[in-house]
Amino acid sequence: MGNNLAIEMVNITKAFGTKVVANKHVNMDLREGEILAVLGENGSGKTTLMNMIAGIYTPDSGKIIVRGEEVVIKSPIDAFRYHIGMIHQHFKLVDLFTAADNILLGERMPDDYGHGPKFFRWLRFNHLSRNRVKDLQKTVDRYGFGLDLSRKIYDMSVSEKQTVEIIKVLYRGADILILDEPTAVLTPQEIDKLFAVLRKMRNEGKSIIIITHKLNEVMAISDRVCVLRKGEHIATVETAKTTEKELTDMMVGQKIDLNINRTGPVQPLPRLMVRDMSVVNKEGRTVVDHVSFDVCGGEILGIAGISGNGQKELLEGIAGLQPKAGGDVIFRNPKRDKPVTFYHKDLKKIRAMAAEGFFHYPDGECVDLRGKKDKEVIRLVNGEQLLFYEDEIIDLKDKTPREIQELGIKLSFVPEDRLNMGLVGNMSIVDNMMLRSYRKSRSVFVNRKRPKQLADDIIRDLEVVTPSDMVPVRRLSGGNVQKVLVGREISSSPKVLMAAYPVRGLDINSSYTIYNLLNIQKRKNVAVVYVGEDLDVLLALCDRILVLCGGRVSGIVDARHITKEELGLMMTKVPDIVPSYTYEGLQKEAEDNG
Amino acid sequence: MITVITQAIRFGIVFLYGSTGEILIEKSGHLNLGIPGIMCLGGVGGCMGAYWTYQAGAPAFLVVLVAVLMAMLFGGLGGLLYGVFTITMRCNQNVTGLSLTTFGAGILGFWGTQMGEKEIMFAPASRYAFTPSLFFGNSTPDNWFTTIFMSHGVLVYLGILFAVIVYLILNLTRTGLSLRAVGENPAAADAAGIPVIRYKYVSCVIGAAISGVGGAFYLLDCTRGSLEYMIDAMGWLAVALVIFSLWRPNISIFGSFIFGFLYILPRYIEGVGLAEKELLKVIPYAVTALVLIVISFFNKKETQPPAALGLPYFREDR
Amino acid sequence: MANSEKHVKEPLVHLTRRMNVSASFAWMIRIGAFILSILVCCLISSLLSDKVSFGFFFKYLFGGTFGSSMLIMNLLRDLAIYLLLALAVTPCFKMRYWNIGGEGQAMMGAFGCSLVVAYASGKLPVWGTILLSFAAAVVLAVFWAVVPALFKAKWNTNETLLTLMFNYIAICLGAYLIKKVAPMGTGILNFQDGTLASLGVGDFWIIVVTVTVLTVLMFIYQKYSKHGYEIAVVGEAPNTARYIGINNKKVIVRTLLLCGILSGIAGFLLVSVKDASFLSDSTSQSTVAGRGFTAILISWLAHFHPLAMALTSFLVVFITRGANQIGNMARLGNSYAGMMVGIFFFFIIATEFFINFKLNFRPRAEKAAPAGAGPKPAGEQEGTV
Repeated sequence: MGNNLAIEMVNITKAFGTKVVANKHVNMDLREGEILAVLGENGSGKTTLMNMIAGIYTPDSGKIIVRGEEVVIKSPIDAFRYHIGMIHQHFKLVDLFTAADNILLGERMPDDYGHGPKFFRWLRFNHLSRNRVKDLQKTVDRYGFGLDLSRKIYDMSVSEKQTVEIIKVLYRGADILILDEPTAVLTPQEIDKLFAVLRKMRNEGKSIIIITHKLNEVMAISDRVCVLRKGEHIATVETAKTTEKELTDMMVGQKIDLNINRTGPVQPLPRLMVRDMSVVNKEGRTVVDHVSFDVCGGEILGIAGISGNGQKELLEGIAGLQPKAGGDVIFRNPKRDKPVTFYHKDLKKIRAMAAEGFFHYPDGECVDLRGKKDKEVIRLVNGEQLLFYEDEIIDLKDKTPREIQELGIKLSFVPEDRLNMGLVGNMSIVDNMMLRSYRKSRSVFVNRKRPKQLADDIIRDLEVVTPSDMVPVRRLSGGNVQKVLVGREISSSPKVLMAAYPVRGLDINSSYTIYNLLNIQKRKNVAVVYVGEDLDVLLALCDRILVLCGGRVSGIVDARHITKEELGLMMTKVPDIVPSYTYEGLQKEAEDNG
Repeated sequence: MITVITQAIRFGIVFLYGSTGEILIEKSGHLNLGIPGIMCLGGVGGCMGAYWTYQAGAPAFLVVLVAVLMAMLFGGLGGLLYGVFTITMRCNQNVTGLSLTTFGAGILGFWGTQMGEKEIMFAPASRYAFTPSLFFGNSTPDNWFTTIFMSHGVLVYLGILFAVIVYLILNLTRTGLSLRAVGENPAAADAAGIPVIRYKYVSCVIGAAISGVGGAFYLLDCTRGSLEYMIDAMGWLAVALVIFSLWRPNISIFGSFIFGFLYILPRYIEGVGLAEKELLKVIPYAVTALVLIVISFFNKKETQPPAALGLPYFREDR
Repeated sequence: MANSEKHVKEPLVHLTRRMNVSASFAWMIRIGAFILSILVCCLISSLLSDKVSFGFFFKYLFGGTFGSSMLIMNLLRDLAIYLLLALAVTPCFKMRYWNIGGEGQAMMGAFGCSLVVAYASGKLPVWGTILLSFAAAVVLAVFWAVVPALFKAKWNTNETLLTLMFNYIAICLGAYLIKKVAPMGTGILNFQDGTLASLGVGDFWIIVVTVTVLTVLMFIYQKYSKHGYEIAVVGEAPNTARYIGINNKKVIVRTLLLCGILSGIAGFLLVSVKDASFLSDSTSQSTVAGRGFTAILISWLAHFHPLAMALTSFLVVFITRGANQIGNMARLGNSYAGMMVGIFFFFIIATEFFINFKLNFRPRAEKAAPAGAGPKPAGEQEGTV
């Protein structure tokens, strides 16, 4: 292990537009022959920083020094020239080709390679490279990749594809490797294998950067850790001299007091009950693993977790957009709220229904008729003292996405690609408003009057910056697009509102508008599920927080009595004893708030 | 029967030229529906070249050579036009191709009329193209084998040669590998350092040049210098042959024979009404449609059209 | 290339996508291209033939289309047929379903109509024949449109290629019919009775009125109906359609059903009204005569807007008829018009590029900018190219 620096980044700043500063005066260095982990939460600027070394972005200011020489890296090809290779999360491979062909693709053969006259070499017959494939296979076997290069990409698992990408980069002569969240798509066994390979490469003198947010992996693989938070460089420490606790503190930072006006839960009763739900994705990986939880009306349930730990699949599973591998989702559709009389029911039935919790006193307390005499029951009923809450109990198992939607379970998911999940970029705001509601009337024609009203309301209430309501949504800025999307979901008076990353990429003010909207929904007794990235916001906004890790629940906790550090730890590994803060606790909270 | 087979091979070669060119183009991710038009352009170039050199009294091989080169030049220019529109300007490929077909057919028809008015005949010049003497001489024995395989004009063999070369390039060379990568996943090819745009242009132009020779071959060989016949129907069959042969030039050599056979069959079949003969012409298209449906049903990766076929590539759209 | 010693040259022109294109800018470019295309056509024509001068060109270009009321009526009638064929394929394109089978679908409509007229006229009352032939036209055209759509919906069969094949199958079937009915004929079936034309209905009015009504209906359908809205959502953002629970497959099949109906009407009008004849051979010289292909261009150039399509089909018919007239007067042959139309198309297609992309020319000063001082490039392999 040498101590020469492979890469040095000095005072790097990179901003996107005027509002989002991805990196602020970041300093980072990579030594030759070491594995450096770049650690940080989502949105902390890790990937942006690395992309600047790989030639995807160029920094606004600052210097990049490779092996002691200041360089400008304009493109991935430039990066190759400096022996830098990056393995992105999205692989760039031709599915139809074999691994070998993908690796050799686009590579120039040296003049002296192959046999025969120059003309044949100019033709570049593939068989000339067969020997190279053999060499390549040897290299592959030496590192212990365990991959047959003659297989086609479309037959391969994600981890094998990743291996192909790594070999490709190595083959092109890179000795500085950057891996962007390489473990996100791998099983634990595959991760072990990958780590073994990485260690072997390090021992052969390669310098490796691994971008991650998983503490256990940082501890397992890295020599040093560089921690980023909100675009700023916090510290670079030797892994051996630090602890997970210390790293978490650096990663999440001090608790910031956000002025989000959190009210107590409003009549919290379970609205959506998820039991043992599992989802298996296309690649056959279990992405949601036996998840159980309740969401109550009048609460905001936060879902915390590093992105890609099953949040999206969980919500899509509930919304019927992902086939569920197992488990139930039960929806309690609050139906009626009226006094009951014997005119409708007989005594026996009332007792049976009370046992199931359908009756409440006017103050909201559940009626227990077991200890009461018949006479008293009759008195209560005739005195209209019993409120009837016969919720519809609906199993969402066999419902289509549309039926689920029509029950009032709304999913507003804000993905990186905002415009292809829930909105149509080339349509106006008004037309986008109709997406959910246009089917309601019986008419053959669409009625744009109400959507227009709604669009104008949203533009006014949420302060959407737009020249008019007829502008294609594509032309709005990201924040405004999001307001349109979230505004529409809320407007349909949902009973369950699931908002995933609703503030992704928004500036502070817009974010607050969205938080406010969610709070208003909560006051209306809507069950709100909020998937967020910023732990401070989750702590300040939510009533309870469910933490997901690797598709499993690593705890449901009281957002009022938990620290950021505890959350951070739960996000990176499932604790032995999974805490579970049930809705009864919430009800108590509601009473206290009174 | 021997005549039928001989003629089948001959007409099949027209489709073979067209489909070889189109395969090369489609492998780069471009669906060129302008092939009929390009074949027309090639026909114009070929006839022009053959006539000039013939008038100048050049020897037979030179007449054929110049005809081929001119056909390639004209076809290639058509391909270049298509390339500028679809590669650089990222215009819709279907629309551009169809316009090119209109344009090419118009040029051939217009030029043909002009030549007709000037009473310029291409038949004498075309003799050099379809007579077998150029290749095998007149001394070959006369039996079924020589009739079927050795009685053709030189362009027949050139067509097969082109198909074989394209097959070899696509499947055996690194260049072919890169080209296929461009048609499958241009972003991946770009990331691997392949000059995507250059590859697309080269394949569009060379493919069109090969198709252009098909047009010249049809006019000089199959119709023996008569410009009365429309080439564009042949062009569409060539496009069908591409699908029929699953984007593989080696299969398309045999496919072209089948197509040629089906194309001329009605002329030689006896005891069948005129109407039924018309119905026989449907077979190549119907079989191709069936092939399309079957490959989509089995959905096997190797038999699909190039994945990026018809999609413009703009790097900054990522 | 990655490993070459010389640095990658900055391209002279850098393309970026325009995000905000105003309608007036787009129309200015289009009008400019139209005028330019006419001028280029004129220039080429005058180079090709001594008889064609600038004055001659414009005289007959306009004279051929607007010269007499008869010519204007013919113009409008042709325009209407083109427009109808374009209307049929428009919803498919709007849905990003590349139906280039308009030709075949209209052909099947004409085929169905002719079939009924050829075999049933005389045996049924005239009105009966007409109704039956109309029904046959629509049913066959719908069948021809929906079958590829079913395969698309079920197995994702490539619709561009499949509909292309269906075109030629339809044309061959048409040729079969003609030979069957008139084995010794000229390849044209002329209908004396059993068609609308036999009733003495003026072909002009019935075609123009029908198409006008259908254009307005299509405009309303696309803009105001729920179906039109769903088509737009499926075309623009298939994933969003999935999110809000639209059944994409159903929408595809339903839209092609509509397309088939319109194509069927076009086929019916062509046979029963316009020429009262059905002609076909295995080349593009047929009843539909390549109009189905031209309709694709018309629809695409108008950005799938029915009213704008009226304009683009007018331009196409204008150029075609004008060029035909010039060709006739200067004795340039039938194909002269095709050539001119081809040139015109290229100009108009090119406008899309200038509307969608912005050309950023590299400033001169940057030419000398250092392309990055680096260490020795990786792999000093000088490939032979």
